[in-house]
Amino acid sequence: MNRAPSHSYPGINLGEDHASAHKATEVVTFGFWVFLMSDLVYFGLMFAIYITMIDAQAGGPGPHELFDLKSIFAQTLILLTSSLTVGLAMLALKYNLPRARIVLWFGMTLVLGLSFLVLEIRDFMNMSAQGGIPQRSGFLSAFYGLVPLHGLHVATGCLWLIILGIQLRVFGLTDLLMSRMVRLALFWHFLDLIWIGIVTIVYFGGLTYG
Amino acid sequence: MDKRSEMHRRERRRYVIGYGGSLLLTLVVFAVAHQFGIETKGVYLTIGLLGLAQLLVQLVYFLHIDRRRSSREDLDLILFSTLVLLIIIGGTVWILGNLALRMHMHVM
Repeated sequence: MNRAPSHSYPGINLGEDHASAHKATEVVTFGFWVFLMSDLVYFGLMFAIYITMIDAQAGGPGPHELFDLKSIFAQTLILLTSSLTVGLAMLALKYNLPRARIVLWFGMTLVLGLSFLVLEIRDFMNMSAQGGIPQRSGFLSAFYGLVPLHGLHVATGCLWLIILGIQLRVFGLTDLLMSRMVRLALFWHFLDLIWIGIVTIVYFGGLTYG
Repeated sequence: MDKRSEMHRRERRRYVIGYGGSLLLTLVVFAVAHQFGIETKGVYLTIGLLGLAQLLVQLVYFLHIDRRRSSREDLDLILFSTLVLLIIIGGTVWILGNLALRMHMHVM
């Protein structure tokens, strides 16, 4: 029977080709998972505030005037695809594919992450142009507390990718670097999970109940 | 075919299946919103359930969380965080909704 390889933390495991890196990664990655789950609780709090603020529009512009579903759709597809590319990067790492492949998939992830940010910032600028600024109403404060927080996480992920790229050039594919890549991939998948919540609750929920 | 490349193929297929599933769910959500409008609660319930399904698909296919013994702690942590989330979100919505009701604000 074909047993699954030993699997000791979420996401792609480095596995037996990288036995020393795999072992070193196990504990820190669980720690990172604890961080992600507490980050999740923080996001949950922002979601709770948003839900209670949906009606607090104070006569200002609401979801129907401000939300652009076409742009949200594009952002969703971009972020989802970047989840696939970061996974393929991890598989390339795990199965010792040529380094160019690893760089290619991480590079595509970075490009997709930056495209996501461009679209999101454009959305915020369009909203501001229609008077949708944070200080206009409780609804907008809650919106800007939550959605750009996710954007900030994506921006941090992009910065992280750039730093990993530089480290890869300088130090080569060390155990430590592989272990960092594992955590980056986890972080990136986590951001996609949060984005599903944002699309469902902030955008569709806002349009239904706002 | 040797064992390594067979495993590689299998893991890559798993990723692509997860991507395909998520993509399909995303398309269905936006198609439903486009087709039926987003005004009614029935449509929103559908969208919410599809969103939940996508969360599960990504947890299983991308994050490899399942009920295998080795990933139990991760699952435990997710379940505990979910409990905290439910208390925070449910409690906030309940208390503030009740407050709004008593203050005769026409919300919630």
